[in-house]
Amino acid sequence: MIPTVPQSTALKWSYRAYVTLFFVYLALPLTVVCVFAFNDSVFPSLPWEGFTWAWFFGTEAPFIGVFHERSILRSIGVSAFVAVWVAGLAVAVGTCNAFLFVRHDFRGKGFLYILMLLPLIIPGVILGISILVFASSVANTLEDATGLWFDGLRPGLILVILGQFSFITTFATLVISARLQKFDPSLEEAALNLGATKWGAVRQITLPFLMPAIIGAGVVAVLMSFENFNTTLMLVGSESPLTITMFDKLKHGSTPVLNAVSLLLIIGSAALGLLSLIFQRTKGG
Amino acid sequence: MGSDRSKLGFYLLLAPLLLWLVTLIILPHIGLFAVSISEKVGVREYETGLGNYAVFFNEPLYWRTFARTAFMSISTTVLTLLLGFPIAYYIAKLTRGRTKTTLFLMCLIPFWVSELVRTFGWMILLRETGVLSNFLQYTGVIGGPVEFLYNDGAIMVGLVYTSILFMIVPLVTTLDSLDDSLIEAGYDLGGSGFSILREIVIPHAMPGIVSGCIVVFMLSLGNYLTPILLGGKDSLWFTGLIYTQFITRFNWELGSAFGFLLLALSSAVVFLGLKLSRQSLSNTMGR
Repeated sequence: MIPTVPQSTALKWSYRAYVTLFFVYLALPLTVVCVFAFNDSVFPSLPWEGFTWAWFFGTEAPFIGVFHERSILRSIGVSAFVAVWVAGLAVAVGTCNAFLFVRHDFRGKGFLYILMLLPLIIPGVILGISILVFASSVANTLEDATGLWFDGLRPGLILVILGQFSFITTFATLVISARLQKFDPSLEEAALNLGATKWGAVRQITLPFLMPAIIGAGVVAVLMSFENFNTTLMLVGSESPLTITMFDKLKHGSTPVLNAVSLLLIIGSAALGLLSLIFQRTKGG
Repeated sequence: MGSDRSKLGFYLLLAPLLLWLVTLIILPHIGLFAVSISEKVGVREYETGLGNYAVFFNEPLYWRTFARTAFMSISTTVLTLLLGFPIAYYIAKLTRGRTKTTLFLMCLIPFWVSELVRTFGWMILLRETGVLSNFLQYTGVIGGPVEFLYNDGAIMVGLVYTSILFMIVPLVTTLDSLDDSLIEAGYDLGGSGFSILREIVIPHAMPGIVSGCIVVFMLSLGNYLTPILLGGKDSLWFTGLIYTQFITRFNWELGSAFGFLLLALSSAVVFLGLKLSRQSLSNTMGR
């Protein structure tokens, strides 16, 4: 049970074997994705035809590498654009929410807090279709009333950004609130006593204290935005982010160029993930 | 804390929250419900009625897919709990210091990677020309290539893989807070491994179990990628039906009704889970 409680050796070893097996199960899919990125064959499957870098740098069809595949490069750009907007908006609103929930007491606070948590328990597909339906009906009403076009409310990048923002903000709020709760308000009071304005104290004392959480939340938001599929699928227009492009290629069967993109994604997300942990671990102040 | 000295500052903080929740969460869901109870009677002419819901209950394919999705999500949740609990216990109670951090990180890394990549990995492993089929042929277990993809087993493997982290993290957190001396006391008083587990460990881990189960169930129910890619054309997953109605058939009224049914089921399970375990949403999710 625990190290101080004696236990039969057989049980101990079978437990260890299970844990090992579990980690093999965890690592297996990612490992094969990475390995097949270097297979010199047009299908991401066995037999092994030898080692190649073609799926990264290749220029001749069918061996076109990631760095020369237009559709993939463009969709990475789209994803980055969406991610930056989502992260910026989510962190800004999340910081306001943190101050509101930690610093203020008001009627209906508990209710608003629950409402703020709701996006966590709404399936992504539903979030997507509800925003799609609502935006379209607003667009229809506005177009009927004014005779102008409102393309921003039709499926496209703006809706994708709003859709992802709608639930990523909850995560940002939770991360930033957690750190704000640890803040000692007397530091801010000291600044006020020394003649700082309210806003000056917040900007020079509180925000620097929150910075690790704000950056951490931003990194997580970028990661979640990059990887989001369900909500994006319902709101996407003609320009598709990376996950949607990859999904289309995957459905129709693709060359190992997909493995190469995946390998880059694995490296990128692992790096970003570790980065967010490092920022959240920073317990300064 | 304290009372509000500057009303203006308070309203400035309240505005973004309300703007976000009202325009992106509340109004869209009211709109979704409104569309789901409208029936098309002509070009741009609609009547209010429950016709879309009637279609759902009268067409066996629809409600069977719904029931199947719910059942498989429940199975996924149970399986994830059974597989994940020993791992979480191992990380929380049987490792210390650096080993613990490393094992925990090893659990986390696959989940920072896009679900699409993970599913792609399973496709490479399970397809007819894939790694598993070739390996089994090589070892002589099977005579010819076997297709492991496109069946319910493949969907389950993928769903468990995709959601197990959301079970392990809350379990590790709650198990971490369990004092070892309680387990020792149970042992000293003559408790067997099983009775200690039942009387001490599981009751203590209940909040983690509940929040893990809720999240896993919800994620499986609302999953689209894994069932569609690993289950193929016959995956019959409810989110697939919603997608078809919205994007392929352009029947938004029926699609909205489907969406609302899925939302209702998901919310009902969350509510029930919280009630049964006497937890609140803020305690379970807001961590």
